[in-house]
Amino acid sequence: MSTVTETTARSAEKFRVTRSRRNVAWTGAGALVVVVVLALFPYLVYSGTTSTMVQAFIVLTLACMWNLLAGYAGLVSVGQQAFVGLGAYFVLILALNGVSPFAALPLSAIFSGVVAFPLWWLVSRLRSGYFAIATWVLAATIMLVIERFSALGSGTGLPMPGLSGFSSTLLNADTYWVGLAVTVAALATTYLVMRGRLGLVLTAIRDDEVAARSSGARVGLTRMIVFVIAGIGCGAAGGLLAISLLGVQPNAVFSIQWTAEMAFAVIIGGIGTIEGPILGTAVYMVLQQELARYNAWYLIIFGLVAIVVALFARRGLWGLVDEYAHIRLFPVGYWLWTSGEERRGLLRRRGGRAG
Amino acid sequence: MVWVNDIIQGILTGGLYALFACGLSLMFGVMKVVNLAHGDLAVVAGYIAVGIITVTHVPVLWSFAIVVPIMAVLGYVLQRTMIQAALDRSVLTTLMVTFGLSVVIEAGLLQFFTANSRGLGVGNAIITSSFSIGSQITIAYLLLMIFGAAVVVLLGLQYFLSRSKYGRLIRAVADDKEAAQLCGVDYRHVFGVAAAIAFGTVALAGIAYGMYSQLAPTIGTDTILLFAFAAVVIGGLGSLWGTLLGGVVLGVAQQIGAQINISDEVLAGYIVFLAVLVIRPQGLTARRARS
Amino acid sequence: MTGERPANGTPLLEVRDLTVNHGQLRALDRVSLQVFPGEVYAIIGANGAGKSTLLRTIAGLHHPTEGSIWLDGEDVTKVRPERRAVRGIVMVPEGRRLFESLTVEENLQIGATYARKGPWTFERVYELFGWMAERRSQRTAQLSGGEQQSVAIGRALVANPRVLMLDELSLGLAPVVVQRIYGMLPQILATGLTVLLVEQDVSQALRVASHLQCLLEGHTTLEGRPSDVTPEEVEAAYFGLAVLARGDDPPGTPRSWGKAVPPKPPRPPFEGGKS
Repeated sequence: MSTVTETTARSAEKFRVTRSRRNVAWTGAGALVVVVVLALFPYLVYSGTTSTMVQAFIVLTLACMWNLLAGYAGLVSVGQQAFVGLGAYFVLILALNGVSPFAALPLSAIFSGVVAFPLWWLVSRLRSGYFAIATWVLAATIMLVIERFSALGSGTGLPMPGLSGFSSTLLNADTYWVGLAVTVAALATTYLVMRGRLGLVLTAIRDDEVAARSSGARVGLTRMIVFVIAGIGCGAAGGLLAISLLGVQPNAVFSIQWTAEMAFAVIIGGIGTIEGPILGTAVYMVLQQELARYNAWYLIIFGLVAIVVALFARRGLWGLVDEYAHIRLFPVGYWLWTSGEERRGLLRRRGGRAG
Repeated sequence: MVWVNDIIQGILTGGLYALFACGLSLMFGVMKVVNLAHGDLAVVAGYIAVGIITVTHVPVLWSFAIVVPIMAVLGYVLQRTMIQAALDRSVLTTLMVTFGLSVVIEAGLLQFFTANSRGLGVGNAIITSSFSIGSQITIAYLLLMIFGAAVVVLLGLQYFLSRSKYGRLIRAVADDKEAAQLCGVDYRHVFGVAAAIAFGTVALAGIAYGMYSQLAPTIGTDTILLFAFAAVVIGGLGSLWGTLLGGVVLGVAQQIGAQINISDEVLAGYIVFLAVLVIRPQGLTARRARS
Repeated sequence: MTGERPANGTPLLEVRDLTVNHGQLRALDRVSLQVFPGEVYAIIGANGAGKSTLLRTIAGLHHPTEGSIWLDGEDVTKVRPERRAVRGIVMVPEGRRLFESLTVEENLQIGATYARKGPWTFERVYELFGWMAERRSQRTAQLSGGEQQSVAIGRALVANPRVLMLDELSLGLAPVVVQRIYGMLPQILATGLTVLLVEQDVSQALRVASHLQCLLEGHTTLEGRPSDVTPEEVEAAYFGLAVLARGDDPPGTPRSWGKAVPPKPPRPPFEGGKS
């Protein structure tokens, strides 16, 4: 799992560069255990808990995508709710045509990815601030366009066909497992992207776009790939949302609140790291559970914490953990070893510079 | 010829959009900050005005004199603290922070004022009425006054920027803040002044909107921010009068959209906005291409 | 411009052991200088030698890693750049850096906003640069390179600085224009200013300077009066070649004015700790 390269530095000291420290094998095993345990949840816990978990899965998937966009591709999009809504509606459309919603989910994700291409063409030449606003307008426009179709329920939406045959427990469990699968896929995608060449290019672009370009990196193409991946991921989350809500309502699936939740989760957890979205989603769930009684308060607190973290702890909570405990669960960086020494900070290619 | 009436309505509404937009344009032109919370600040100003009027029963027009300075001060403080801190980190941080602020403000308003919309009761009966030209054209006095106010504000801003000391400082700092430092100028302070002006004008716009229409927690982004930005982009960044032009184009496009289908009013505006973004992002008045 | 320095005077501007790092790169390494009132002190050196970094650090735009900066006996190392300008250290930056959307007169007005009291008024600047008065309402983006340089200098002058810093005046300008601008130095000095300048054109620097220092990769390689250094020594210092021995000094001894300067010990390539 780790590559080792021998290099001789100027001072004739021998350096060794690896992808990971010893503890990563433990992480891999640990992750497998976690996934297996989670898969058993429907047999072990009440359905209320699994429903809550589905919500967490949705937010975690979205957070992974926003993290890829903002933390690696440098694209702050406040319009990802467009894909959430599109994913939901694609599942609805397929279900209205006789496809089982669960089977429709992966198709819907792919369709969302396809739509991402023309949308990217519309906004790709815009810089940061303009880009953000443009994505917001796109999302609002797409919602308004969809609301014109009475076949899709216009402004009030439609219930999801194809789910009535399930018993409530089975539906709950199936939704849960699909949610788990989507989340694992999202995390795996993020890991593979970052570990591979794409991740290297993204980090280069993020550090110095001009230098990256002159080294041959195809900046536009790379960003487009990330945008499309994010479209697929958010679409999958949207489809999952539609199934979990047993229907689609435009205001619910196209709400800016999704972007708020995914952005805050990533910012708080640690932008530009894989562990960050996981931590951020956990924070979100805690806040949501504790403060749900008080209506909008959880969002207010969530937002305020995100602002504070963005300003004062740029690499988020996970950044703090990484900083002080030097733990990294997912081996996407590089560690520099000198002869005899545990580690040196010099060549640490971190995931995250916040923005 | 009901179209003529629509076009006039569109032009006049453009004045309101320009009022929303000039603060956004100023902050972006000077500090390179896209304040995603811009629209929500207008709503906050409107709600503060509602609160003050409810508690103290002062005439509506007094609320301008009270709320606008408060918001201007708030703008200075927010710029010197939060926004400057975000600017010092990176552009992306500024976006994230202003987005966070926008969400927090809306959630806060929802929490304290509920989702119901409310308006500022306009006391004077004359203002609520309208006059007619011929049989086809009806113009509300209030809307006309808002348009007039927009023109006055823009004229004032233009004069301020081109003639006054601080206006000059703002323009210099917008061109090259480091060179300004070398001339002894504390650019952070000048940024604060620009933000104060931006917040002041958006407060004005928010209260005017509350008089003309209904305030609700979510209109900060749905209605105001996107349209303010649309006005800036369509008209062209860097030109105050371009903002008015952009607002007018937007207003007219919306009225035409409403004619086609009543629910397409907003959609028409968005489509025009997107078209401009794609085809000519530098807007209708700017000379250089800027993205 | 005799270059004679008072025996026990306080320098107007002093830099002590200034070290500036740009990330891992050491841009300046323990550079020191003293500028006395009325002098024209020139910093020469090849590209990347650290000349502009030195001036920018003195102006306050960079923070030194080590060392200090003194204005008339007061430590200004921690003073913000805008405050330093108000105190009298005014820089004409490399590349002019005019406010392009402002007119000539407005550029001067910005320079005068926080000006000290002194002999330089708008009229005086217009006198110095004959063409400026009638073009004062023109936007500076439309001016030629030489005209822009004049406006940049004018903008600095109306602030009535004590130390005027000129960063690479000659960059991008025709030699004739450069000569004309440097030709105005005497008039500027006559009003009591002191000048610290960075110049790539060595012969130009030697012509106008009363003292000079040569930088190479962030170190000082030569220091002294133009009248006391030979062209060979300047060339050697500029390019970092071995210095010719002169008379009774041991071979290879670098020169400073009057006495040999022992070479500084090399620094280790990596300092410990985080990047």
